[in-house]
Amino acid sequence: MKDGSGSFAEEQQGTLLPERPETSDSAGTQMSTQTDRQEAAMRGAGSWIPVLANMANRFGLLASWLILIVIYSIMLPHVFLTASNFQTIFSSQAVLLVLTLGLLPALAAGEYDLSAAGVLGVSLVLVGWLNVVHGWPIVPTVLVAIAAGLVVGLLNALFIVLVGIDSIVVTLGMGTLLAGVAIGINNLSVGGISPQLVNFASTQVFGLQLVFYYGLILTILLWYLFAYTPLGRYLYFVGAGRSVARLTGIRVNLIRAGSLVVASVVAAVSGVLLAGVLGSADPTTGPTFLLPAFASAFLGSTTITPGRFNAWGSFIAVYFLVTGITGLELLGFSGWIEQVFYGGSLVVAVLFSRLAGMKRTTGTA
Amino acid sequence: MRPDRATRSDGVIPVVSARSVGKTFSGRTVLRGVDLDILPGEIHGLVGQNGSGKSTFLKILSGFHAPDPGARLLVRGEPVSLPLSLNDPGKLGMSFVHQDLGLFEAGSVVENMRVGRYDTGFAWHISWRRERHRVQESLARFGLKLDPDTPVSSLTDVQRAMVAIIRALDQTGEGKQGLLVLDEPTSYLPRDTVEQLFDTIRQVAVLGVGVLFVTHRLEEVRAITDRVTILRDGAVVETARTSTLSQRDLVARILGFSLEQLYPSPHEAEGEVAFEASHISGSTVDDFSLKVRRGEIVGLTGLLGMGHELVPYLLFGAERATHGQLDMHGQRYDLRDMTPRKAMDAGLALLPANRLRDGGVVAATARENMTLSTLTHYFSGGLLHYRREETEARTLMREFDVRPPEPNNEFSTFSGGNQQKMLIAKWFATQPTTLLLHEPTIGVDVGAKRQIFRLIRDAAQRGTAVVIASIEYDDLAHLCDRVMVFRHGRAVSELHGSDLTLERILERSFIDVPITSSTLGDQSEP
Repeated sequence: MKDGSGSFAEEQQGTLLPERPETSDSAGTQMSTQTDRQEAAMRGAGSWIPVLANMANRFGLLASWLILIVIYSIMLPHVFLTASNFQTIFSSQAVLLVLTLGLLPALAAGEYDLSAAGVLGVSLVLVGWLNVVHGWPIVPTVLVAIAAGLVVGLLNALFIVLVGIDSIVVTLGMGTLLAGVAIGINNLSVGGISPQLVNFASTQVFGLQLVFYYGLILTILLWYLFAYTPLGRYLYFVGAGRSVARLTGIRVNLIRAGSLVVASVVAAVSGVLLAGVLGSADPTTGPTFLLPAFASAFLGSTTITPGRFNAWGSFIAVYFLVTGITGLELLGFSGWIEQVFYGGSLVVAVLFSRLAGMKRTTGTA
Repeated sequence: MRPDRATRSDGVIPVVSARSVGKTFSGRTVLRGVDLDILPGEIHGLVGQNGSGKSTFLKILSGFHAPDPGARLLVRGEPVSLPLSLNDPGKLGMSFVHQDLGLFEAGSVVENMRVGRYDTGFAWHISWRRERHRVQESLARFGLKLDPDTPVSSLTDVQRAMVAIIRALDQTGEGKQGLLVLDEPTSYLPRDTVEQLFDTIRQVAVLGVGVLFVTHRLEEVRAITDRVTILRDGAVVETARTSTLSQRDLVARILGFSLEQLYPSPHEAEGEVAFEASHISGSTVDDFSLKVRRGEIVGLTGLLGMGHELVPYLLFGAERATHGQLDMHGQRYDLRDMTPRKAMDAGLALLPANRLRDGGVVAATARENMTLSTLTHYFSGGLLHYRREETEARTLMREFDVRPPEPNNEFSTFSGGNQQKMLIAKWFATQPTTLLLHEPTIGVDVGAKRQIFRLIRDAAQRGTAVVIASIEYDDLAHLCDRVMVFRHGRAVSELHGSDLTLERILERSFIDVPITSSTLGDQSEP
């Protein structure tokens, strides 16, 4: 049993050497490109170089964020490096963080929810319309807004999972439809949203609005889900190998549908939070969140556990992007810079996640 | 012994002569002193297990690797300077067909045959009429009657392989005594069409082209090659006329020790009934019933597409059955609403044939792939325990002899044989009472194949019922207690005891198809 495999063992050890001598014969040539790509990553394993490369890979974005802060602080010591500026940065985009986090389970399971920003918009408008225009109390208002998200999520799941239409197509249509519905419900911006909701979202604790802490709690919850529960692993396998997951007894369709419902419900919650943060509701706000959320999710997937959508990566990505934009705006670039920065980041993020996919050696979820 | 000259004692000038070809990767020699002559008109087999140096040798020929100093290469008697550039093989009349064939699926036959070599006229105008005519002529020479406008995606597997080979032949240049390298071209072919491909290869050789045929399938080596070179640990063990070696001789030389136990001896199963499936219908399967005892290994076979390969998937709920039931451990399951989850709970495990689509996720780690079926075991107190998961994965890797036993390496970094052993480990970890296997040794080398057979046999000895759907008739004949042969969705015959031989399986599979000795690839020996 053992002697026949002597040369085989040698070959496997060979993967640790700089140049990979033989890719496996029988794994087939289809595997060789993948193994070749690994070559660089395997180079000199055991020494400090791959450890350092791995660290750079995992914490590169975090380091970039800190460097960005240092640069802006030097350039704009009296404007950027102030407590109030950091309070703004952390609080103002917490809603984006919540929305982004809600997308992660669906993205991990291989489903795009492009309607999430539309749900956020509808939820925001519903809160303004019911609470301010119709004078509903805040609790039923919020429940209706969240129920709207639930309905959209179920509809998405119906079309995507049961009917079998591609998620990009369904949710692109649904998102546009909801952007129209938001305007249809109430095409005016309304202010004066219930102080209860405003307090719930924007009361300051240790200098930061409560909404930031909600985002932080959700980050921790999702980190726990992905890293420490079987469900997190199943989500990843459903996305990366649907057939493998199905043949291992994982309830693939339930997980896909569930992740889509979660995305919509969390999007509705983020709409409610946004109403609380702003104290007002504008029907055109929702769609502006779409690109930043996807840019953050993809950029987040290049870091912490490169190649996989993950909670802390998204957290860092959201604040990296906001910091970048805030700094540029303070430097005098305004108006156009936000779209350029978010759009550019999405492209760069996807580029990097592709590169990370090539270099990845280990992936501890 | 081997003359170190271009011309051999018999006066035949080899198409390609390699002399003292070696390759060292950072101090580790993977190829040493390889001498190899490929004569015009001969089909030369190149065999060896994974890591024996076959791929490295081919990569030196194709200009991908530079050989160590001292190596020499002669093409039609003329020395050429080493290392070769990536363009040189083409100029020298060497052409390669790899396992994936390198065809552009969405293109037509003519586009594939002529790509990169179109005759262009004014303003890069391509005369499609002339191209079509030329392609039709090339194909007709090999008895392949195809409309050149047929998309490659609608060709049969064997037609694809033939198109790839004829294209490669065209690329070696008209009238030149070129070299055609075939790197496992038959891996994905239905076994009963291989002979058609072999005819093409023989015709190619008759033109005076030297053919280097690399394969894991020893029966093919014996069926088609004139001479064979065996590599082991980077060195040539022997170059011999193929007719002088039996399949057993070949295996012994490849492994470096004699193979008294490729197949562990079959044993008699008399245990209690593990499961009984009755009246299964679905897809191409038509009213099939099967009763398997604990410890029994049952083979399901037939020609490709006869339905036997679907049975494991129907039992496991991976394919929808239109009829049928399964009785297992006193429970009755309706196969129409069977799901993989229910099947696993019932004690079934399924190892699918398509390893990369259905078996494992290449971008995930070995650990994640192996523990996917048992992940809830490592979840307690609200936490997934990585340490325990990793320890268990490492234990499984040692137990199933996976090299290297590194649970956090990516699945894609392992060879096919090691991937397969991990997937078997994944399913053994669920402690199934019945193991359903579909082509369990597809794309693995002979060493790993032996280990997999051993694992299957050991599982049976511990009381697991095993069902193997496969078209590797020879393996089934040796490994199984009984084999059921399918024709057109129905089991037409059951073989066991002294009836269970390769010849009988073939006979029952082909029943109304005349069998020629060449169809069998002359496997009648050992």
